[in-house]
Amino acid sequence: MSSAIVARLRQHWPVVLLATLLAAGLAAPLATGVATTGFFLEVLLGGLMAGVLYSLVALGFVLIYKASGVFNFAQGAMVLFAALATARLAEHMPLALAAALALLLMIGFAVIVERLVLRPLVNQSAVALLMATLGISTFLEGFGQAVWGNDIYRIDLGLPKEPMIVGAQRFAGGILISREDLAAAIVVGALVLVLGLFFQKTATGRALRAVADDHLAAQAIGIPLNRIWVIVWSVAGFVALIAGLVWGSKLGVQFSLSQVALKGLPVAILGGLTSVPGAILGGLIIGVGEKFAEVFLGQALARWFHLEGGGIEQWFAYVLVLAFLLVRPEGLFGERHIDRV
Amino acid sequence: MNATSTASDASGALMLYRENGQFKTSYAADQQLLPIAQDRWFMVALIAFCFFAVPLIASDYVLRALVIPFLILTIAAIGLNILVGYCGQISLGSAGFMGVGAYVAYNLTVRVPQLNFLVVLLLSGGSAALVGIAFGTPSLRIKGLYLAVATLAAQFFLDWAFARLPWFTADSPSGSVSTNPIELLGWRVERPVDKYLLVLGLLCLLTLAGKNLSRSHIGRSWMATRDMDVAAEVIGVRPIVAKLSAFAVSSFYAGVAGALWGFIHLGSWEPAAFSVTMSLNLLFMIIIGGLGSMVGSFFGAAFFVLLPLLLNRIPGMLGIDLSTAMKSHMEAMIFGGLIVIFLAIEPHGLARLWAIGKEKLRIWPFPH
Repeated sequence: MSSAIVARLRQHWPVVLLATLLAAGLAAPLATGVATTGFFLEVLLGGLMAGVLYSLVALGFVLIYKASGVFNFAQGAMVLFAALATARLAEHMPLALAAALALLLMIGFAVIVERLVLRPLVNQSAVALLMATLGISTFLEGFGQAVWGNDIYRIDLGLPKEPMIVGAQRFAGGILISREDLAAAIVVGALVLVLGLFFQKTATGRALRAVADDHLAAQAIGIPLNRIWVIVWSVAGFVALIAGLVWGSKLGVQFSLSQVALKGLPVAILGGLTSVPGAILGGLIIGVGEKFAEVFLGQALARWFHLEGGGIEQWFAYVLVLAFLLVRPEGLFGERHIDRV
Repeated sequence: MNATSTASDASGALMLYRENGQFKTSYAADQQLLPIAQDRWFMVALIAFCFFAVPLIASDYVLRALVIPFLILTIAAIGLNILVGYCGQISLGSAGFMGVGAYVAYNLTVRVPQLNFLVVLLLSGGSAALVGIAFGTPSLRIKGLYLAVATLAAQFFLDWAFARLPWFTADSPSGSVSTNPIELLGWRVERPVDKYLLVLGLLCLLTLAGKNLSRSHIGRSWMATRDMDVAAEVIGVRPIVAKLSAFAVSSFYAGVAGALWGFIHLGSWEPAAFSVTMSLNLLFMIIIGGLGSMVGSFFGAAFFVLLPLLLNRIPGMLGIDLSTAMKSHMEAMIFGGLIVIFLAIEPHGLARLWAIGKEKLRIWPFPH
């Protein structure tokens, strides 16, 4: 039995190597005494919270990719558009109503995308579809700002702003936790639960999974492909709205919100592009990895190479994913792809 | 601009655009770059026009604001087209490679001032090619969308390196660098006309090289890899050679274009000059112009340079007053919309329309 495990480990040595490296990177600050236990936990928790927010964006990518095989580069623009719409509408009405109207807009957007983009481009290569979503992304960024304005707007979700301190008696100074992030994490957890139920238990959800599995077979048994696309883009619009609300209340609603999606991209890829749990786990890994890199590795790099400041979280997520893909090209839970001529 | 003038030239010659009577008696004649005599004469006339007439008629403003950026962007677009259009490896990091070229050129001119600028260009293209190979290596293992993310890693890493590693900016405290006018064998490239001629000459050389590469053995191996990499491997194309050579050549073009963009167009620049926006813009250019086509790179770059100008003029003509922010939003909307339209209606871009036009002209007025 144990020899079988050893053989498996030997067979998958790159995975073992990468996991060891990651674990070593995680443990290094504690082992070398750079950080106290309290500070270490604080960074870890902060990373997990940030990771939850990344998963939220990555979820949008995964949903659309699963159902229509489109890698939706416009997810970030959708987040921006939904947040802008909510923020501007909320100036005239209660927030809940504004958010509902924004959701209607996102559904309308899904219908338009299906009509004008997906339908004419059906059966094109994945890369052509990716480029089309780049076009949608640019269009939506311009359109959103043309309609709703290009200043910084606020969304007030009524979340508590002041951080709380836990475990003050066990660690010196306690652990600082942002309540806002905590609330966001709870929202995301609930959202994932709802989506999971929707996908597993409802007829529409089953249809979506059938389309994701094999859309020719799904069509053959009478699942309307076009309507499924509209639904899945609407669900992605809903996820974008939630992401826009959470990120918008954190950072303010502004153009840079669409760049948040660029962080969701490596998360989705790390998780395997077709897996919802993968997106969540990928988000957590990237969130923690990035925080550790920024706090510990960044300092070390700045000391060794005399850099001006850190800023390595700008690229760390991407390089981490790149290293991961070299070992496991299909991501964490992605489907293994076999090429045939 | 060149496109419109060529169209009117051609329509004047309508009936003359025929190849009957032009017999090829050797393989060399059959394989030549422009097999139709009219095309050859047209190309000679076009090049002569660009080298001799344009410097006389174009104002400094037109050269500086339109023609020079157009020419440099064309070089970059040809480079990206070699990678995306010919070899099928999608890249979102081309501006990063342009940045490598620009910063290497800057460092060379600062640290080794006596170096000839052409050598500087060659070296900056070469170092961009090396960086391109390094970041292109993952393409051997990961494909398509996954590769797009890998090239984004290159873009963001290089962005960071330009801003944070003091070596790149030769320890400039603000992070921005500025250049002196170039001197080339006693020719001081300072007036817009001089810059124009230098860039035009380089573009002609690089276009010729790119065109010939694409129709040679290596170009055919790129296209086989693009069309189906597993099948290409089975018939004996080595993926490592095909993919990495595409990355190298593409990054070389990007590096040269970046050095020219920095030294000739911008003069002084900040790290943000080579951001991911630039990468996306280059991708738009080759989609609109035509993937896998040299002439498409020209069309795409021309389109990209001309569209903002038109958008600036049209609302004024219609008597509508738009703010600058609104103009940039409109520009984004039109670009985004056009990309979707092109992908849906004409996936091969403006270059395909050009080819259809030529084909129609050849059989005009009897379309059978």
